[in-house]
Amino acid sequence: MTRTVIVGAGPAGIRAAQTLVEHGLRPVLLDEAARAGGQIYRRPPANFERPAEALYGTEAGRAKAVHAAIDGIADRIDYRPGSLVWNAQAGSLDVLDTATSTSRAVPYDRLIVATGATDRVLPVPGWTLPGTYSLGGSQVALKFQGCTIGRQVVFMGSGPLLYLVAYQYAKAGAQVVAVLDTATLADQAAASPRLLTKPATLAKGLYYLGWLRTHGVALHRGVRPVRVLGSDRVTGVVFHDGQSERTLSCDAVGFGHALRSETQLADLLGCRFAFSPVQRAHLPERDAAGRSSVEGVYLAGDGAGIQGADAAEWAGERAALALLQDEGMTVDPGRVSLLENRLSRIGVFRRGLERAFPFPEDWAAQAPDELVVCRCENITAGELRATVRDTGADEMNRLKALSRIGMGRCQGRMCGVAAAELLAHAAGVPIAQVGRLRGQAPIKPIPLGLSAGPEAAA
Amino acid sequence: MKRRIETDVAIVGGGIVGASAALALRRKGVRVVLLERDLCGSRSSGVNYGGVRRQGRALVQLPLSLRAHGIWARLPELIGIDGEYIRSGHFKIARSEADMASLERYRDASRDFDLGIELLSGERLKALCPWLGGKAVGGSLCPEDGQANPRLVSPAFARAAQRAGAEIFERSPVDSVSHDGSGFTLQSGDRLEVHSAQLINCAGAWAGALATQFGEPVPMTSGHPAMAVTSPMPHFMDWSLGVEGGGVYGRQVARGNLVLGGGRGLALDADRARSSRDAIAALTTQAIALLPGLRHAQIIRTWSGTEGYLPDRQPVLGASRTTPGLLHGFGFAGAGFQVGPAAGEVLAELAHEGASSTPIEAFSIGRFSAASPVSSSSKD
Repeated sequence: MTRTVIVGAGPAGIRAAQTLVEHGLRPVLLDEAARAGGQIYRRPPANFERPAEALYGTEAGRAKAVHAAIDGIADRIDYRPGSLVWNAQAGSLDVLDTATSTSRAVPYDRLIVATGATDRVLPVPGWTLPGTYSLGGSQVALKFQGCTIGRQVVFMGSGPLLYLVAYQYAKAGAQVVAVLDTATLADQAAASPRLLTKPATLAKGLYYLGWLRTHGVALHRGVRPVRVLGSDRVTGVVFHDGQSERTLSCDAVGFGHALRSETQLADLLGCRFAFSPVQRAHLPERDAAGRSSVEGVYLAGDGAGIQGADAAEWAGERAALALLQDEGMTVDPGRVSLLENRLSRIGVFRRGLERAFPFPEDWAAQAPDELVVCRCENITAGELRATVRDTGADEMNRLKALSRIGMGRCQGRMCGVAAAELLAHAAGVPIAQVGRLRGQAPIKPIPLGLSAGPEAAA
Repeated sequence: MKRRIETDVAIVGGGIVGASAALALRRKGVRVVLLERDLCGSRSSGVNYGGVRRQGRALVQLPLSLRAHGIWARLPELIGIDGEYIRSGHFKIARSEADMASLERYRDASRDFDLGIELLSGERLKALCPWLGGKAVGGSLCPEDGQANPRLVSPAFARAAQRAGAEIFERSPVDSVSHDGSGFTLQSGDRLEVHSAQLINCAGAWAGALATQFGEPVPMTSGHPAMAVTSPMPHFMDWSLGVEGGGVYGRQVARGNLVLGGGRGLALDADRARSSRDAIAALTTQAIALLPGLRHAQIIRTWSGTEGYLPDRQPVLGASRTTPGLLHGFGFAGAGFQVGPAAGEVLAELAHEGASSTPIEAFSIGRFSAASPVSSSSKD
């Protein structure tokens, strides 16, 4: 019997598991979180009782469907929440049970990697002050804990999540002081033809915008965040609106520039990576079905490239079907082509989103020397520039060795994007050329005092 | 367009040995070109544990090691950074009376070299180091040994050599080397051709191929040390710690992180290695037995590198027996970081003056001229 393991119980992992179950398999589903659902459909603790409509808004239907899917197969899969996959080696994963600090090897023959995404953070001075959160973190507070990051909140950065989170916060009763978008109205207008390929999604975005406007939330486009103010915690933000610097008072800031894929596991598995100009990141290669360059390893969801939650569901199912096909099983060819059509169409929409919310390519040029880029190791933009200037470092791993960037607890998952931008700018080379930080175990910190459990049968 | 360079000495390999040789040669006014397949210090000498110790070395290595000790004392002046080098003391722990006796024998045998070794017995050790686990019965302290940050030091030697006028080509693998009886020609892709009167082979774990090409095969194997680092902890330990008989070793850096090493990682391919699952498991168990306070620490990163080992665990350092103008400096068996700068100076002396002031007979490549069996390098 083939041992099949899925890593990640978000929309991609859940749909993959469901598909495998429907074809008679009993996969192992490993998830770091305590409850399945992933980030966008994150579920609150079991005893919390806010209705899905309040938690997920317009996405309540989808969230409920994904949750129903995992609940419906719970007794037909080997589901292991609280399981941190921290290493991969020779057909087996190292999995830390976070409750007991026990590490077990989980062998697999076929593996679906659905590791999701985290915020893409382009820091501004003051971003390490208490009261500053990423957009995703702001959402987690709301969905998981049922609380807001502050009473008077400014959201800044760019990307669809910016408006969604602002809308959710306003609906939840927080005062949203302003939404500060680095993209311009012209960007969004230029993107509309591509965005029209998913009219329902575009309509949702326009709805959030309209709702925020009619509820008196200030919207500023084409801004440049300048700094977060405060000494012990956030007291305000300063931004440049194109003409002058302006200051807003607030007690919390949610910020981010869209999302970045969590690719470390794919890296440790030996998957080949390539630079994606659209996503401005090195991503593991995959075919239309989700097969990676390593036999038996499949990639689905935002962990393989940011495509959003709907696409994650389709990609999870498609990867599972590919796995089944590769096992010699018969799958519904109509379903396969439907999923592949949807996934290829979403590519157009994604490019539209990148056009609507373009990466602020001038960020590195504007980042002041005193800006802390890496909060684990307290490395500033100025130190990174000096390293490039003094040593000729022109590649991420060399920059890491010489400056300590990415050497802390997050291993560059938070600071890597900004460091790459600064390196490319300081060295005068294209962003694609600076490479990526090599993945190193453990993917997240593990206790030295962990006990080794017996190998878990899969 | 291919670039052709005439030089006095060509060096293959930009680790600490090759880079030091380049720097030393420039200080003698000799023209040098160094070719490194990747980035200087990326394979072994920039990713090792960072131990800068004389204690525990074979007696034949001590003259070289003492010479290196003098170079380390002048590090900032030589390479322009302090490299986080500190003479923190190197403490070798005995976990049994037999190990303690062995440390005592080493102290006696090395007495002529003035290492300043001091033996600490059980009671005194317990009073001095309450953080040591119960397994230590005593140990041997070499107060002037220490530690440094290899990822900073090794590339800095290459940059210093470059500032001194050496031409250093990174990402320039050597595809072919030929010798026409009077000089060498090195090709790197279609971009670079180097002509030199002399050639220094400092290619680390990859040096065997070059030696073989010139009729001097060596029974070299590759080793991959398993390394790990914890998140920062309150400062408790100055010494760099080793264990008699091998096993785990550790040091606490200024930020509070503990750098730990021990056991073997695994090779991913010809060029890359990482710490293995089993090595990490063994390392954590042994580290906690030695330093119980680590039980509550977290490992934030692991890594490895690729080192060249010879069966007797001594390097090859000296002139080729077959080819005039060819010099070797490789096979430092996981212990080349401290002696590397001295090995570089010795190679520079050999190239420029034809002889070295440091005794290196024990490291002659001639010791392998009778066919020797290939030995495993699994024991540290």
